[in-house]
Amino acid sequence: MLKFILRRLLITIPMLFGISIVTFVLIQLPPGDFLTSYIAELESTGHVLDDAEIASLRNRYGLDSPLYAQFLKWFWNMIQGDFGVSFQWNKPVNELIWERLALTFIISLATLIFTWVVALPIGVYSATHQYAVSDYVITFFGFLGRGIPDFMLALILMWIGLIYLGTSAGGLFSLEYKQAPWSFAKVWDLLKHLWVPIIVLGTSNTAGLIRIMRNNLLDELHKPYVETARSKGLTEQRILWKYPVRIALNPFVSTVGWVLPTLISGATIVSVVLSLPTTGPLLLSALLSQDMYLAGSFVMILSTLTILGTLVSDILLAWIDPRIRME
Amino acid sequence: MSSIATQEAHDSTNGSGLPESEEEKIYVASHRQLMWWRFRKHKVAVGSTAVVLLLYLVALACEFLAPYDQSAYDAKYIYAPPQRVRFFSADGFHLRPFVYALEGERDPETLVMLYEEDRQTIYPIHFFVRGSPYSFWGLFDTDLHLFGIREEEGTMFLLGSDRNGRDLLTRILYGTRISMSIGLVGVILSLVLGVLIGGVSGYYGGPIDDVIQRIIEFLRSIPSIPLWLTLSAALPSDWSALRIYLGITVILSFIGWTGLARVVRGRFLALREEEFIMAARFAGVSEIRIILRHMVPSFLSHIIASLTLAIPNMILSETALSFLGLGLRPPIVSWGVLLKEAQNVQAVALAPWLFLPGVFVVIAVLAFNFVGDGLRDAADPYAN
Repeated sequence: MLKFILRRLLITIPMLFGISIVTFVLIQLPPGDFLTSYIAELESTGHVLDDAEIASLRNRYGLDSPLYAQFLKWFWNMIQGDFGVSFQWNKPVNELIWERLALTFIISLATLIFTWVVALPIGVYSATHQYAVSDYVITFFGFLGRGIPDFMLALILMWIGLIYLGTSAGGLFSLEYKQAPWSFAKVWDLLKHLWVPIIVLGTSNTAGLIRIMRNNLLDELHKPYVETARSKGLTEQRILWKYPVRIALNPFVSTVGWVLPTLISGATIVSVVLSLPTTGPLLLSALLSQDMYLAGSFVMILSTLTILGTLVSDILLAWIDPRIRME
Repeated sequence: MSSIATQEAHDSTNGSGLPESEEEKIYVASHRQLMWWRFRKHKVAVGSTAVVLLLYLVALACEFLAPYDQSAYDAKYIYAPPQRVRFFSADGFHLRPFVYALEGERDPETLVMLYEEDRQTIYPIHFFVRGSPYSFWGLFDTDLHLFGIREEEGTMFLLGSDRNGRDLLTRILYGTRISMSIGLVGVILSLVLGVLIGGVSGYYGGPIDDVIQRIIEFLRSIPSIPLWLTLSAALPSDWSALRIYLGITVILSFIGWTGLARVVRGRFLALREEEFIMAARFAGVSEIRIILRHMVPSFLSHIIASLTLAIPNMILSETALSFLGLGLRPPIVSWGVLLKEAQNVQAVALAPWLFLPGVFVVIAVLAFNFVGDGLRDAADPYAN
């Protein structure tokens, strides 16, 4: 087991290096370099940089050196925790992103838990009541959940909130807590606002997982070992939860790997609609204003989270199903 | 419902067996015929196929089907609500459907436009009316529209109008062309990449396979939406509409091909070991003929099924990108571009019909998913 974890960890390192290269290329893709636009922007607001300042900025990002050297410098700074400066905000990227990343992570994790808590019992119910009316209803809503784009669901919820509750369902905090330091009251306020993004983000994944759970369990329910357990006189409930459900659970674990990245990805769009103080809106505005250091840091960190998510799911899977370790 | 039918049919074959002639029919049926029988059993998939075909028909002939031009606007009718098609007026039944005239008035306090039906004026809806001129696929110029009203001063907003007083139905129909085709073009691009790279990976195996698989894993580990956003942000803003469109399809297929490559590779690996391939090899058939004559036909149906399942994802991605303002931009009309109008909740509260393009997205996505499900089942007609 330890060997397996070590091997997986070792693969992660070149992966992260590769992603940093891709991210760097993406940062460089838009025409013109960011410093030129930064200086132009400053000049348009009346702030003229003198030559020494420009030179020091160019030096800071190594803009005069060849591309590979620029990359290495960026990469080296990043390892040391320096993500550069956001031109748009005129602040170090570090100051801008961590709280947003933490909130993104909280939302994603809460959505993941919500997805499981909802999908598992419904999937089991749907499988044990195959072809019943309730099964069809669940299937119908499952397909509907997969077909509605996340951001539209968010819009609809906000619209309903505006029409019937008279309040905007967007945001993560009430006005009075927005700037307030963290306290129990603020956490409570966060929890009160969290359900909208969780439902919006969780719906399509929940629908998918219900489907997977149902199909897996249906495969298992007709296997001979279930019959054996039944002939031994175990109650139906006990048979169900002790054997087939446990086996059908495997995909739940293996999906952690792709659920986390899709959640983080999906949160990007949904949080723009719901104006959540997470990574999404900041990433979008950074991209639109070509604030490439900020955007690059986000892509880099989100990718890292994705890889870590896959790593966790691989390890969990190997822990549950020993056959995987042997490969 | 269809699954019950399948189950029953399956039970009856297990039990007393089919009538002799019926059974013989199955034995001698061609592969294609078996697939068709199998597909036909999935009633929802058959219905969805009709929906998909209909949507593509709309995409082909949107100029003719739409009552107005996509950029025609009437500043007098901002956020006009959908007008109902009616058969009954105060004078009783009309065989020819009609709409009442709309009377708009600005609320002096809130400055919101309020509309009321003018029950005195009716505009009958005619088929094949002359309207705004257009060039049909550059083949011929005409001004014929499937339906509309003849009165110049009247309006017919069956699905309401937007903030510029443009007919939403018209714009949704035009958007169908872009949104439905972007999925298709994107999927074809990913297909070429996927089959080529996946085929190489699966056929040669060994170190080449290893390298390609690592690359695919790597690409899949980058969170797609931030990546898409970054790539779209890199498209120069002075590009023409057509180039932006092509750029977006390339971006969408950039990730899409990895899934297809995996399917192709998996099929190649599985088929390489099959007896009939082995037999062909022993019989001295050339490699290229084995691939084209024996391998490709047996996994073609799987590829088509995965393609169909990939299209809705592309449609959703395009919609999301355009919605955020990073995908297609006006004057191109796509469902995503139209939904961008609904981004402002205040506007939606005023004009809930702005959600309607989203309904089309949902219908298209569901239909493709069902067709894909049916095709996937049909691709393997020998499985129970």
